[in-house]
Amino acid sequence: MTTTTSTPSWFTRNRARSAATNKPGLFGYAFLVIVILLALFPLYWSLLVGSGDSSTINKQTIDWLPGGNFFKNAASVLENPSVGFWKALGNSIIVSTVVAFSVVLFSTLAGYAFAKLKFRGSRGMLLFIIATMAVPTQLGIVPLFIAMSQWLHLSGSLLAVILPSVVTAFGVFWMTQYLSQALPDELIEAARVDGATMIRTFWHVALPAARPAAAMLALFTFVATWTNFFWPFIILDSNNPTLPVALSLLQSNYFIDYSIVLAGVLLSTIPLLILFAVAGRQLVSGIMQGAIKG
Amino acid sequence: MTATALADERLVKRIAFGNRLSHWDFKLSPYLYVSPFFILFAITGLFPIVYTAYVSVFDWHIIGGQGDFVGMGNFEWVLGQEKFWISLRNSFSIFLLSAIPQVILALIIAAVLSQNLRAKTFWRMGVLVPYVVAPVAVALIFSNMFGDQYGLINNLLGAVGLDPVGWHSQVVPSHLAIATMVNFRWTGYNALIFLAAMQAIPRDYYEAAMLDGASKVRQFFSITIPSLRPTLIFVIITSTIGGLQIFDEPRMYDTTGAGGSASQWLTITMFIYNQGFGQTGGGQFGHAAAAAWLLFLIIIVVGLINLAATRAIASAGTRSGK
Repeated sequence: MTTTTSTPSWFTRNRARSAATNKPGLFGYAFLVIVILLALFPLYWSLLVGSGDSSTINKQTIDWLPGGNFFKNAASVLENPSVGFWKALGNSIIVSTVVAFSVVLFSTLAGYAFAKLKFRGSRGMLLFIIATMAVPTQLGIVPLFIAMSQWLHLSGSLLAVILPSVVTAFGVFWMTQYLSQALPDELIEAARVDGATMIRTFWHVALPAARPAAAMLALFTFVATWTNFFWPFIILDSNNPTLPVALSLLQSNYFIDYSIVLAGVLLSTIPLLILFAVAGRQLVSGIMQGAIKG
Repeated sequence: MTATALADERLVKRIAFGNRLSHWDFKLSPYLYVSPFFILFAITGLFPIVYTAYVSVFDWHIIGGQGDFVGMGNFEWVLGQEKFWISLRNSFSIFLLSAIPQVILALIIAAVLSQNLRAKTFWRMGVLVPYVVAPVAVALIFSNMFGDQYGLINNLLGAVGLDPVGWHSQVVPSHLAIATMVNFRWTGYNALIFLAAMQAIPRDYYEAAMLDGASKVRQFFSITIPSLRPTLIFVIITSTIGGLQIFDEPRMYDTTGAGGSASQWLTITMFIYNQGFGQTGGGQFGHAAAAAWLLFLIIIVVGLINLAATRAIASAGTRSGK
């Protein structure tokens, strides 16, 4: 333990600082290893079950190494016409991409106006948007169903999943927060003095500055849309599912044979694991940046 | 230079011809930029909320559509349902079982992550992996692991000589299993939020504590936790809003979606879903809309309690959050 008797000199201060930035001991690393093993274990478990056969789960002893049936089980998932895995994969890609693009577009436009342009009522509007973030999505589910299925006759169509998600209050909040800090007022003033129109200023000054936050918003919206289940489960049917809906179909088709269900779970998770390998770093810094501002 | 001359000429032209136009450009553009959002938001977000209130006071069925005006009839019906109260209890129970251990564990993970680690990014990404596993997938994996007969957890319990637990058949064990799914997916995510807040705490505080001879544990409780209060409240409020709405995990915990033979793990949102869209007895839009409004009111009440707590803490501390 460091004990200082006199007022700290530069040297002892420095020593205190290196102790305060504290390097973790073996215990710290061991703890993190356990946490990460626990975080990965359920995926490994689905590989264990998903590579076995239907009898595997009825045994009292546990095989801790994967069996040889994963590709056979995966094939049962992929070839089952009532699950429609490939169609679900395509649908999830379409829905998540379109929603992410549209949320980013409208959020950046509105966020720029809220962060950098002065106009009557802007404060009230922004507060209103933030307040609606507390409203549960379930609240509007019945009218949403009536509108999509009985008025617009979109039941079962991807448009019925995309339309309710094209804008989010969170997106506007996020872009407003970012742009009010990352975009200096002087840049906008300069563009205006040079005679740029408002939309040119947005396009050539605000948009480049917004790019990092826009990329993160796109990423989070993509993951949220990809994993969303409640509304697609209501409005889509077995002919045209997204991946989570396809998993629910898989469960009701093979509720006895978990080896096929969990092989499907693993298959459906692979695309987002690939995304995570590519963009996990951005997800981490996105969460950490949002935390400071929130 | 001709370029500047040209620019000057352009500027003059702009002033001459476009002055009024520029004025309107300046005045109207902000409204133009926020209006696409607001128009779409009004249609997709606000209209359904308001219209839910309208549906909730009518006898309304999926087939027949709008029926007679029934006033508070649907609300009375929902409040008279035993299942509604069971689902309310279950939602709160699952929420508490997930929120409390999750926040504690996330704080500990964040404290370890905030140390001067080698390969920082690797560890941070590692704890975030579960976030990209869809709740439906999580539910299917865990419902297998928590199987009543040959599940992994019961096999492990048996290996150390304990009796198997009815993870599906009993009330509290089923809540524990579902809470575990929520914790699996969100603990790492919340740990990163806490980590960011911890890194914003001035180093001087710790230096002063070190010089005073405070232990690491003492520092954690006397410096880290008080500094994290705004973040703690943020995480608690968001997990309240999310937790009370839980649907995916309990819905996929078995194939039927009834929430167990005696509604052991039926949640409010499952109740709403079953009233509106369930296989049997669904299509009752009036009932579903009334139950949805009740859920909203419950969330507002819990949110206001949280807000009161925030105010109390904010006025107790001298440092403002912003």
